[in-house]
Amino acid sequence: MATTYRTCPRTGLQFDLDADKLMRWNAVAGVLWLLVGGITALLVILTRWPAIKLLPADQFYLILTAHGIDMLILWIIFFEMAVLYFASSTLLRCRIATPWLGWVQFWLMVVGGIMTNVAIFQGGSSVMFTSYVPMQAAPHFYLGIILFAVGALIGTGVFFGTLVVAKREKTYVGSIPLVTFGALTAAIIAVFTIASGAAILIPTFFWSMGWIKEIDAQLYRMVWWALGHSSQQINVAAHVSIWYLVAAVAFGAKPLSEKVSRFAFLLYILFLQLASAHHLLSDPGMSAEWKVLNTSYFMYFAVLASMIHGFTVPGAIEAAQRKKGFNNGLFEWLRKAPWGNPVFSGMFISLVGFGFIGGISGVVLGTEQINMLMHNTFYVPGHFHATVVVGTTLAFMSITYLLVPTLFRREMLFPKLCQIQPYLYGISMIVLSLVMMGAGTLGVSRRHWDMAFSGAPFQYEWPGSAYLMMGLTGIFGVIAVIGGGLWIGLVVLSLLFGKKLDGGATSDKPTPIPDQTVAASASHSGSEEHVGVPGTVVLAITLLVCFVLYYFVNWKYLSEVWGLS
Amino acid sequence: MSAILPPSERLWWKQPIAGQEWAWIGIAFVWAMIMFIMMVYWHINGKQNLSNEVYKTTTEMFQAKTDAFVKENTIRTETEQNIPVVKPNAKGEAFLLARLWSWYPILELEAGKTYKIHLSAVDYNHGFSLQPTNINIQVIPGYEHVVKMTPTKAGTYAIVCNEYCGIGHHTMLGRIYVK
Repeated sequence: MATTYRTCPRTGLQFDLDADKLMRWNAVAGVLWLLVGGITALLVILTRWPAIKLLPADQFYLILTAHGIDMLILWIIFFEMAVLYFASSTLLRCRIATPWLGWVQFWLMVVGGIMTNVAIFQGGSSVMFTSYVPMQAAPHFYLGIILFAVGALIGTGVFFGTLVVAKREKTYVGSIPLVTFGALTAAIIAVFTIASGAAILIPTFFWSMGWIKEIDAQLYRMVWWALGHSSQQINVAAHVSIWYLVAAVAFGAKPLSEKVSRFAFLLYILFLQLASAHHLLSDPGMSAEWKVLNTSYFMYFAVLASMIHGFTVPGAIEAAQRKKGFNNGLFEWLRKAPWGNPVFSGMFISLVGFGFIGGISGVVLGTEQINMLMHNTFYVPGHFHATVVVGTTLAFMSITYLLVPTLFRREMLFPKLCQIQPYLYGISMIVLSLVMMGAGTLGVSRRHWDMAFSGAPFQYEWPGSAYLMMGLTGIFGVIAVIGGGLWIGLVVLSLLFGKKLDGGATSDKPTPIPDQTVAASASHSGSEEHVGVPGTVVLAITLLVCFVLYYFVNWKYLSEVWGLS
Repeated sequence: MSAILPPSERLWWKQPIAGQEWAWIGIAFVWAMIMFIMMVYWHINGKQNLSNEVYKTTTEMFQAKTDAFVKENTIRTETEQNIPVVKPNAKGEAFLLARLWSWYPILELEAGKTYKIHLSAVDYNHGFSLQPTNINIQVIPGYEHVVKMTPTKAGTYAIVCNEYCGIGHHTMLGRIYVK
């Protein structure tokens, strides 16, 4: 039970040293996997770029499998473990529950991640991230993911335990902060997700060992996607929490309404799990009723939640800025925002890119009938690079610019490059998503080595515009890899060689929230009047107009294809 | 009331919600309902809905049905591999089998006529991606999916496999003629 706390002199945040170390190790492990994922990303792009076509087919599918696993699972979930520990122990200013279990989490995830990668790079497990049966990978491919998932489950347990500790030891009064509430949402969805993963991957592991004869291919897809898609909803809950966190730290912003924002998170918990259906809309095994109800998260209630966050996050920033006197016109609050601070610029590009590109494309893609225009085309990775990369990864990158000084106690090196990085990465990734979706709209397949179909008995020539889109995918993909590589370089170099910063006073007791710090400056709310947020209203209406137009354009496209019934 | 601190109003759920926020929630809710109703509406009035007619099958059963269909209705063969070109009979029933790494057989259809195309795979998952019209349907072993299709325009169409199915995935190209 004995632990030591330190209070960061720059932010006023208080770290339990056990949690501090766990966060650092998880974040670093995440960054290392991002490095592996980034190298594989470059190889994937250079192969799909028709003018280059770097790798032979077998290596391409191997690398693509590694890219999916290392990015979507390993990088993101390691980082999310750090986020969970931060949102519980640091924000609630309490000790972390059972730190030794935290280390079990960490090492299980390390061992599992390495095991699955060994299986992939041995060559016998090029089954893609989704590993659809009856295509079979080596047993340790599945076993690695299972161990990793058990680790993650233990991590969520430590998080829940820490919430209990804080409550029992009364380190805060009233309700938990909104960011912690968002992290709680992520953790609850994670438990559901991991349970689904266990329900399908454990039998699949048995099948690969020869202990089970057959797994139904449709059933696999349904249960697997309750892992595959729902885990992306953990990311949504996590990065929306980070948006609120950045708004609070960079502006002292308060949620416009605690009630509305928390209710929106609650909608995530209630409805996001249904998203498994998004991948089954063109499958034979489910009825149209099932598809319509599930794909829409039971009447779009989770989309409603995201639209609410999309309003309340910039709204909170606008309100905070207006209170500081940036009151001229609709957008002075935004023009005068700290665009040179990568914590803010990264977060804001993440917010806009996720909303306009990832969100809209996701809903259109998830419309039952329209899905037939896009299922398994390049549109799908285009969509999720806008959500998981622009949304989640960029949000994680931006918060790291805050974590390096406060958590790792190092000053970021090369501040000019740090300023450029979110723009370079965010904008190139947004363009990349758009051109990928463009290629997909023209029909180009995802997970496909050769769009010229060499060796096929017939010829099919994609339109020239499809080749143009794939060429642009290559160019912007390479720029995005440079932007991501720059971030890894900046972070790693700063951790190794950045100026050491004062970690702050330590104490063996948690201290109450001090005055005159960033953390505290936002605490005085009192009962101020509501501040109008006209700029945010304009942004939100712009989003809605784009959304409505793009949605109906796709119905128009659909009405022009062959009759289907 | 900062997002990283406990709400300063202990009874935060009793705080009023501002008018602008209510308005946006209302707009978003209406839009959500429109999108939901749109899918239902299209099932009633739209001409592009994916069929719900599905049967459990086995590799052997589907292979046998396809072979019988090809034997009865072949009109010619094409390419060095003698791939049969099959014209469905007056009832418009057709079978299309996905396997490593081909679509079997080639179909010859007529524009404006409605066909019942039985789709299944005999090994892995495959993806039926009809180009350039761009219709994409998942094909799963063990499930016989009966899709009614009405070609709109004459031409030569390609069936790209767009579900990863191993090293020869990119060579898996089929063909449909529409006269």
